[in-house]
Parts: sequence; structure tokens; C-alpha cells
Amino acid sequence: MAVLVVAAHDGKTVRNNVANAVTAALQMGPDVQVLVAGSNAGEAAKSAAVIQGVAKVLDAEDAAYANWLAEDVAPLVVKLAPAYSHIVMAADSVGKNLAPRVAALLDVAQISEAIKVVSPDTFVRPIYAGNAMATVQTADKIKVVTIRPTNFKAAAAGGSAPVEQIGGTGAGGLATYVGAELSKSERPELTSAKIVVSGGRGLASGENFKMLEALADKLGAGLGASRAAVDAGYVPNDYQVGQTGKVVAPDLYIAVGISGAIQHLAGMKDSKTIVAINKDEEAPIFQVADYGIVGDLFQIVPELTAAVEKK
Amino acid sequence: MKVLVAVKRVIDYNVKIRVKTDNTGVETANVKMSMNPFDEIAVEEAIRLREKGLATEVIVFSAGPVQCQETIRTALAMGADRGVLVQTDAELQPLAVAKLMKAVVDKEQPGLVIVGKQAIDDDSNQTGQMLAALLGWSQGTFANKLSIADGSAEVKREVDGGLENIKIKLPAVITTDLRLNEPRYASLPNIMKAKKKPIEVLAPDALGVDIAPRLKVLKVEEPPKRKSGIKVKTVAELIDKLRNEAGVI
Repeated sequence: MAVLVVAAHDGKTVRNNVANAVTAALQMGPDVQVLVAGSNAGEAAKSAAVIQGVAKVLDAEDAAYANWLAEDVAPLVVKLAPAYSHIVMAADSVGKNLAPRVAALLDVAQISEAIKVVSPDTFVRPIYAGNAMATVQTADKIKVVTIRPTNFKAAAAGGSAPVEQIGGTGAGGLATYVGAELSKSERPELTSAKIVVSGGRGLASGENFKMLEALADKLGAGLGASRAAVDAGYVPNDYQVGQTGKVVAPDLYIAVGISGAIQHLAGMKDSKTIVAINKDEEAPIFQVADYGIVGDLFQIVPELTAAVEKK
Repeated sequence: MKVLVAVKRVIDYNVKIRVKTDNTGVETANVKMSMNPFDEIAVEEAIRLREKGLATEVIVFSAGPVQCQETIRTALAMGADRGVLVQTDAELQPLAVAKLMKAVVDKEQPGLVIVGKQAIDDDSNQTGQMLAALLGWSQGTFANKLSIADGSAEVKREVDGGLENIKIKLPAVITTDLRLNEPRYASLPNIMKAKKKPIEVLAPDALGVDIAPRLKVLKVEEPPKRKSGIKVKTVAELIDKLRNEAGVI
């Protein structure tokens, strides 16, 4: 039986993490198909068809799918599910919203944020903010799995899978989309950026984040924050890195004025190289940092920004 | 309108957890337990709805061992009206909890259910969505702001790119994100008062729910440790390390 990857998209292209989900799906079974549900999602379906390893793309067109309301998309996935051994989604805000609804309608368990596929029915997933790793096995006939994208390499482009049009399931009328307030940024998206610069409560104000923006822009980095900085209103919620925010694993993570609470470490400790800048030399962030500087971030960050420029 | 909130008893968020040496799970004996932080936000939101006159009664649900009564009492001390505990010592997974909650919802007929988006022990982030599915209700997940009017709820949701607004029909299930509110502390008089509030205790069998776990936990292990790094003195030294040792800039 085939594996179905349910792909989130913006109408033009599927999200970057779909390529990571395809890699995970290929470890569950060789026949991987991608579902692109949307309203005028033909372009997005084409972008899924070029991911290597994809055998077929299903393009389900329905006005009800335009904004990814779980109430309306779940019935489509449930209708398709009996033909598949696995339903796979990236553990982003779309997958986390939709996958449990699908699983419950199918009367199966869901495996959340798998970081490793041990075998088609056995997965490793972090629990307790990544302070323990659980290996779980499911006996359900249809396995609903969300995967943590940073733990699976993105499948390369260069494929050419056929796109098949399928019908929609209509709107259930339970929910309507009103609008969005999205952060506009020219910077790389946090979860796929090669370098991430993050700020914490040590920044002391939202105004001071401008200093980090300057550093991020020199490095071509994404900008993140600790929960403390978001709760204090320095930056919007979508900057949050951590157990309940975004999980990142860039080549370089620079933590500025972040103490390193367990829930923050959960979101970044898989980064390849970690730099910590903090005035408190006892801060737990130094326990995971490859390179630490103890000192005043208001001096160190501008100096670092200037030095990077000299490159 | 009645509001049902669910609370989970978890290892306190300040406790550094220990994996059991036989790799069967995480040590919970003699460890401080508390209410899941996201559930505190759910309780707070429900109480605020009652204070605004939008809810008539706040019912607190929990499932698990007898000690969950303490967690329910904490919610009652915050201001909830009464509790329902489905008592069992068996392992409960999200689908089973959603089914137990559905049985209680069928009985109590609340107009709104509010739960934490995720428990900080198993980090599943499933129960609210599963309950909405089983009830055929709408779901407002990862709520940053909730407004109730005219048989529907407007929910501002925390999503990957920022915030999203949806309008959902009641009855509905809401799952709370961190910025929905700041939970209150229970005052001493309210803690005393909570001792007299009723908690109904039910058995899973009596609700006709099969709670057998679907996922088998084969083992629980410590995560790989990062090897400890070094402290550098100057920015120049840091740049040199990043460029020539780590090769990341």
C-alpha cells in the first residue's frame, strides 16, 4: 500500500518541509504520493510533482480547501485514507491542526513529531521537551504520523510525477476563514534558514531587536526569539523557538541574551553549531553552546556585526 | 452555556526529568506534579467567560489516578465550579482521553470545551483536535484570543507565519496557546472554598469507553548529549572559530 503525504502550500508552491516529509515517507514505504488540496492549487501540485521519490500527486480542487480549515480538509483525507498504509504530514501549524482530527475520524492513534523511522510501524519521538526519546510502535492499520522536518533531509528536486485531478468533499460549514496577520519579512524562514539569530529577555526591549536584525541581515540569517521575549511583547509569536514554538536545526544558531530554559533548548539543540552570548556565565545556554562569550550583548553584538561585514 | 475544561496532572515544568534506568519510561515517583501549564490557561479562560456572563458554569475534567483530584482542586481554587474525574491507573493515550471526554460531553452538554494545546509530558498536541473530530464540532486550535458572540466564536490562532483569524460555530473545542491569558493564582480563601466543591468520580467502564493504548512504548532513552563547548574571550576569536574551526560563516 502507498504512503500519502499531505502537503501544505500557499497556492503556488508546496511548503519546503514537504520535501522533508517525502524523505520520511520513503522510509515507511516505496510508493509515496502527495495530496495537494486547495482552490486553484494546480501550480502547487506541479511543485510537488518535481520532488524526487514522489510517484503521484493528487490535486484535489475545492473552494472549501482554500484556507486549510481542518474541519473541511479532514473529510477529504479520511475519504482517501483506506487506500494508504500511512498518512504523513510535517509537524507544522497545519499538520498539528489537521493530523489528530484525521486520526480520530479513522479511530487510530497519531504519532506526533517523529524524528526517526525505525521501521514502517515503529518511530522515535521526543517527549518531555526532548529530554527523553520514546520509541513507539503502532498496530493501527492506517498510521497517521507527523514528522519533525529538521530531522529528515529534504528530498531533491528533479522528479516528474504525474498529477491526477480528484474531486473535493465540499464545505461542512463549521468554520470560516476571516483573515491573517502575517509577519512580513525578507529574511529566510526560520525553520529552513542555514543561520538563525535569536534574542531573549536580555535584549530588554523590542526596539533592541533592531540590533539583532542588523546582525541577521549581514549573515543572511533568520530571526528567532525565546518564549520570554515573545511573552514580553518584544517580537511576534511566530518568532518563538522552543518546545511549543518552532523547532530549528540550522548550521549556526546564535543565542543572544537567552538564558536557555529547557523549553527553549528543546527547539534548537539539534543545531550544528551553537553560539551563546550572555552576561551570566552560569546561564544553562552555555551547557549546549559550542562557543560562548560571557559579556554585555550590547557591546558584543554590534562588534560581531561589524566584524562579519569585514568578511 | 456550560464550559468544560480539561486538566492533566504532569511532572512540574521546573523539574529536570530522569529517564528510568531500565528504559521503560520517565521517573515519576517522588517527583513534584502540577497542572499542565497550558491547561491553567484553559481554566483561566473559562473562568473569565463566566465572569463576563458568557458562561454559566465551569466544569473541570481530568482522567488518571486518584491524585488527579488534587489537580482538579487547583482548578476549583482558581474559580471553577465542579469537577469530573475519570479515575484509572491504566496508561491513557490522547485518543482514549478524547473518547472519555466525549462521553462526559454527551452527558453534560457544554457549549464550549477548552483544553491546553499540548501537555508538557508527552508533547502530543492531539487531544483537543481528536475530541472535536469525535464530536463533529469545529476546532479553534492554538488560540491567542477568543471572542464569543451569537452562537459562534472568533478565534485568533498562532500559526507558522503569524496570526490567523477564523470564525467557528458553537459548540466548539478551543485549544490554548501561551498568549491567550495569564492564569490567576488561587487565593487562600478560594483554596479553602474549593475543598467543599463537588468532584464526581467515574470509571472508564461506566462510560463505555475502551481505553486500551494503541501505541506500544518499546523504550524510552536519554537524548544524545552535546559535547561541551568552549568559552571565547573576544569577538575576533569567535569569528576565527566560526570561520576556520566550525566553517559555518
